[in-house]
Amino acid sequence: MQARMRNRAVFLILRRMRLPLLVLIAVYAISVLGLVLLPGIDAEGRPYSLDFFHAFYIVTYTITTIGYGELPYTFSVAQRLWMVLSIYLGVVGWVYAVGALIALFRDPAFRQVLVEGRFTASVRRLSEPFYIVCGYGDTGSLVVHDMNEHGLQAVVVDIDPARISELTLEDLNFYVPGLCADAAQPDTLLAAGLKLPLCAGVVALTSSDAANLKVAITAKLLNPALRVICRADARDTEANMKSFGTDAAINPFDAFANRLAMAVHSPDLYLLYSWLTQTPGQPLPLRYQPPRGLWVLCGYGRFGKAVHRYLEFEGVETVIIEKELEMTRAPKGAIHGRGTEAVTLREAHIEKAVGIVAGTDDDANNLSIIVTARSLNPNLFQVARQNARENDAIFDAARLDLVMQRSRIISNRILALISTPLLTEFLRATRHQDNEWVSELVDRLWRLASNRTPDLWTVALTPDGAPAVHAALADGREVRLGSLQNDPRGREQRLNCLALLLQRGAEMQLLPGDDLALAPGDRILMCGRPGVVDRMQWALVNAGALRYLQTGEWRAEGTVWRWLVER
Amino acid sequence: MNIEKVIFSFFIVLALTLNFGFFLGDIDNPAHHNVYELYAAIVVNLIATVLKFGERTQIGAVLLATSLVADLQLIAAALLWTIAVHATSDGLTPGTMASIVALSGGALLANIISVVLLIVDIVTLRR
Repeated sequence: MQARMRNRAVFLILRRMRLPLLVLIAVYAISVLGLVLLPGIDAEGRPYSLDFFHAFYIVTYTITTIGYGELPYTFSVAQRLWMVLSIYLGVVGWVYAVGALIALFRDPAFRQVLVEGRFTASVRRLSEPFYIVCGYGDTGSLVVHDMNEHGLQAVVVDIDPARISELTLEDLNFYVPGLCADAAQPDTLLAAGLKLPLCAGVVALTSSDAANLKVAITAKLLNPALRVICRADARDTEANMKSFGTDAAINPFDAFANRLAMAVHSPDLYLLYSWLTQTPGQPLPLRYQPPRGLWVLCGYGRFGKAVHRYLEFEGVETVIIEKELEMTRAPKGAIHGRGTEAVTLREAHIEKAVGIVAGTDDDANNLSIIVTARSLNPNLFQVARQNARENDAIFDAARLDLVMQRSRIISNRILALISTPLLTEFLRATRHQDNEWVSELVDRLWRLASNRTPDLWTVALTPDGAPAVHAALADGREVRLGSLQNDPRGREQRLNCLALLLQRGAEMQLLPGDDLALAPGDRILMCGRPGVVDRMQWALVNAGALRYLQTGEWRAEGTVWRWLVER
Repeated sequence: MNIEKVIFSFFIVLALTLNFGFFLGDIDNPAHHNVYELYAAIVVNLIATVLKFGERTQIGAVLLATSLVADLQLIAAALLWTIAVHATSDGLTPGTMASIVALSGGALLANIISVVLLIVDIVTLRR
């Protein structure tokens, strides 16, 4: 398949050049033969005729318009007549051949073949595991950007040429190959490296459910080992994707509404989510306390409905404002209007309300709702939905309590799935914990993180992931989780990190304690300050460092050292 | 009937027959081997080669390869002839003539393979 793609350019050139080459051969053959057959006259006036070699020589320099003159003797009239004919035929032949070649190189179909060939080659040259990202829109570009920040390789496929050129202009840490093609075509995914051993998974984020579904089923059929993460706008698509083993189907409206309801109702849990899923090194969002009471919800579209459902589930009292009451089938008591006018807001008891969610699909309206509501009730807790990423500046300037950007939330969620699969398990488990537990964890993380989003990493107790620990466990020695969390430079000092989750087979343990005895094959989700991961790595790979952490003594490790110490 | 197939087969067979005509005769006797026939064989072989460009089938690829071999051999023969006549003092000796005809014999073999492949292709074609 790959070789075929690369050869296609060569075949295309050969096939298109067939007629021009035939014309050239014919012109040369006729001109040479004519020169050989026509009689000439030498310097003494005797008749002679040119041989094939000299005829070819003369035709070659004449037809290419170089022109050395009449050799070896001045031409006869018959020869001159023949040369005139040859020159016109030959020059036209050459112009035609060169023109055909240039036309071929300018041909969009041919260029597409070249671009595809180059793309396929650069995908095959990748030396690290990569994810194929289908769809480079608002969310897709964020995902690729964040993956790049995390050092994860991506390959982009999008049907819109403008977006692919956007990708080439993007300021990324390393090269991300991009192809303009229809991701729903299996050939496109194959060209993007679906069957390569380094391909780790596929992320389908196109705006069409049908295309995402096709990508998911193609990936699962052609390479079942891949992780497949898909966007699904409709519920039945989501169910359909899950039915054939898609690893994660994300409904953007649900996911977004879920997070918004969480932000309003369980702020600590929301903080935990955003701290752990943000790009590491960014400033931590501060804790906040949303008020309890009546909330006004503007917009009852797909998103508004989801928010309403979640808020209702959390037991928050809401008043809905919607322009199209009938079309959206808004519940009784909903108020008709856009929410941008003071009248409507007053009707919704804005003076009594404690908070407002501006959740329409128009950014300008959302900001207008917030500004109007603010003038009516300055104490409101203001939450706005931001639809387009390019409106960052005005949402920043509006100084809201909470801005929910859909593409950001979805991309964080996808990144958690890709970079640290255990994090998804951890976050799922935290939802079943009570508020005190979450708030205590947030306190601990706050002290740990020193104002920056913490790093997350997974420690796998395998011969590759942690050779020293694995060897010790295989020897039957006991290793406790606490030992790994001390500083190998001085074991009284604790590293700035926290074990969030321990996975042993199908069993998950939240916040495992220091005394926990580790077992081979365990996977531990750690979080800590940037740089701590390198320090911890020491104990994982170096048997001496591990023994020091456990017993407090440094023992000679190498053969020579051991011999020296024994002397 | 497909006019494209007719032209294609015509040139391949013509390349073989011209090549054969030049090859026929005593190997070292210049009188038995016509220079015009060699010239025609080269031109027709070149045309046959170009006609085979861009065929993506397996048999098309082998046809192109045999044609390229024939071109190479015939052009080598023509070069040898040119050098013998114009660049050496002895001119066209029977030994050189034998080499030229031997080269064209190699080209003949390649052309025979071409024609055999063409026939195989026709025979295996399902109706």
